[in-house]
Amino acid sequence: MAAGNFEKYKSDGSIGGNVLEWVDARFPATSLWKGHLSEYYAPKNFNFWYFFGSLALLVLVIQIVTGIFLVMHYKPDAAVNANGVPIAFASVEYIMRDVPGGWLIRYMHSTGASAFFIVVYLHMFRGLLYGSYRKPRELTWLFGVGIFLVLMGEAFFGYLLPWGQMSFWGAQVIVNLFSAIPVIGPDLSIIIRGDFVVGDATLNRFFSFHVIAFPLVLLGLVAAHVLALHETGSNNPDGVEIKANKDENGIPLDGIPFHPYYTVKDIVGVVVFLMVFSAVMFFAPEGGGYFLETPNFYPADPLKTPPHIAPVWYFTPYYSILRAMVWNFFGLPAKLWGVVGMGASVVIFAALPWLDRSPVKSIRYRGPITKVMLTIFVICFFILGYLGTLSPSPMGELVSQICTVFYFGFFLGMPWWSRMDKFKPVPDRVTMK
Amino acid sequence: MKKFLIALLFAPVLAFASGAAVHLDKWPGSVSDKAALQNGAKLFVNYCLNCHGASYMRYKNLMDLGLTETQVKDNLMFTADKIGELMRVAARSDEQKLWFGAAPPDLTIIARARGEAGNAGAGADWLYTYLRSFYRDVNRPTGWNNVVFENVGMPHILYGLQGEQVRNHETHKLELAVPGSMAPAEFDKAVSDLVGFMVWMAEPQQEFRRTLGVFVLAFLALLFVVSYALKKEYWKDIH
Repeated sequence: MAAGNFEKYKSDGSIGGNVLEWVDARFPATSLWKGHLSEYYAPKNFNFWYFFGSLALLVLVIQIVTGIFLVMHYKPDAAVNANGVPIAFASVEYIMRDVPGGWLIRYMHSTGASAFFIVVYLHMFRGLLYGSYRKPRELTWLFGVGIFLVLMGEAFFGYLLPWGQMSFWGAQVIVNLFSAIPVIGPDLSIIIRGDFVVGDATLNRFFSFHVIAFPLVLLGLVAAHVLALHETGSNNPDGVEIKANKDENGIPLDGIPFHPYYTVKDIVGVVVFLMVFSAVMFFAPEGGGYFLETPNFYPADPLKTPPHIAPVWYFTPYYSILRAMVWNFFGLPAKLWGVVGMGASVVIFAALPWLDRSPVKSIRYRGPITKVMLTIFVICFFILGYLGTLSPSPMGELVSQICTVFYFGFFLGMPWWSRMDKFKPVPDRVTMK
Repeated sequence: MKKFLIALLFAPVLAFASGAAVHLDKWPGSVSDKAALQNGAKLFVNYCLNCHGASYMRYKNLMDLGLTETQVKDNLMFTADKIGELMRVAARSDEQKLWFGAAPPDLTIIARARGEAGNAGAGADWLYTYLRSFYRDVNRPTGWNNVVFENVGMPHILYGLQGEQVRNHETHKLELAVPGSMAPAEFDKAVSDLVGFMVWMAEPQQEFRRTLGVFVLAFLALLFVVSYALKKEYWKDIH
């Protein structure tokens, strides 16, 4: 079923046919087309949650194309111009005002960053709902976690580039976190910054990471993610393997060719997504101050610390976990535990295939324990995210500590609670709900 | 668990606690009022642009307010020769820092910078309240203080228009002690126009952005109908 040995194209004698035959003899055009699209069989019962994979791909393309045009006009330079404004900051406003259509390209890119995380979070939640990470799709999941990590790096590096107050101080806070690592920490943070403070060297290397290094890795991981998926075939809302039931030609009885069925279906998803995307981009491009934080309309000023440094919304759950760690466990500083907690809260997703011990994949055939645990996890994720946007407070600290316990409890308790649940019998074939 | 529930109960209160301490008056203007924006541009160029720059903004963009090139050149350009020039300020920021204690910030996008998370329009309200909240304070080097921006370095530049306010130490309210050349309502309207200009200047294409957005959404709605029909047609045999 995966891209394999399909018969080479035979020309029907037309010019186009001859060209295709010539190409196909030298390049796996037919194999790629059939193996990944027209004869890649996907379960026919995909629901709403299955739109977000193709949407993530769409946002990736939006970010790359708009990014190419932004780089044509953006200048990664922290030096101040004749008006006393950093050149990088002024170049962003130049794009917004003087480059024809520049404002549109820039808003697409800034809205796209938030859209990317919304889509990826929903895509990951789908995996949690239907056990998509379970055997045999562990590698697909691991590549996905890799994509998520790289995406976070990509977003972090990109956020410094406008060289606004929040860009500068956000980078200052996050890079300083690395100095909490014992022994190598202080030197490591200097290596990352390229200086003793966030400055021109930092801006230039972050620019390099943002436009070259991380996108390259991202594209490679996305290719691996899709290849691994097409090797095993897709999971589905019932969590049954469609390859277990095939017809006489070896085609899964519950499978339909990805193209045209899911291409036409995904187009509908793309249009609906673009409507939401456009609604934000044209009518609220700041995303209420959460997509474009208002302090970032001030140029970076190393001498003026903003009263409240908040990361962009997609990082706030982890930021809350960082702030929740206030104890010096085992004689190690709380700051280090904060960094460990924050790192673990992201990386722990990679362990899911081995933490989940339930006999069934899909939440449809799992009992109340799974449903309650998943609900609590999502609620805690939202509360942590919300608290991360606020200034620290004693009550906020307590709530974030409780939520942090639930957050990790969800993962670390999973080997036990996932087995204890009541399960319903799983059907042999997929159902069309 | 009980603590957790109590904490949940208080979560919205936390959001309140981080809000602005001073009550802000709502900016009554609109960026689609061209006459008000033109008046705002006049006030901005005459009063603000002497110390504050608008260095991302070009004079030629003022023509978008319905002005001709000659009108802009004759009435709004005092320190520049070419219409394509940026709205710079002649004063040097290092000198200004010596005079006022802080360099006056660039005002091009100040209306956006003064916004708040969850309320991006708060920038206009802040400016509208701030510019009307100066009062006499003999303890300040400039002789002026401000309710919204405590111990601000900026003197009351619109003093001639508004007159002189004093702060009543019992009610903490501002009272007009010496009237200016404008009546209070007239002055409020002038400040509203000035703020409108700054809101417009922060994103001059914002009206076009919203108009374009309506067309894009209409097109997408149409595309949705077509793409949904296409999907239905392909999927009619899948059960």
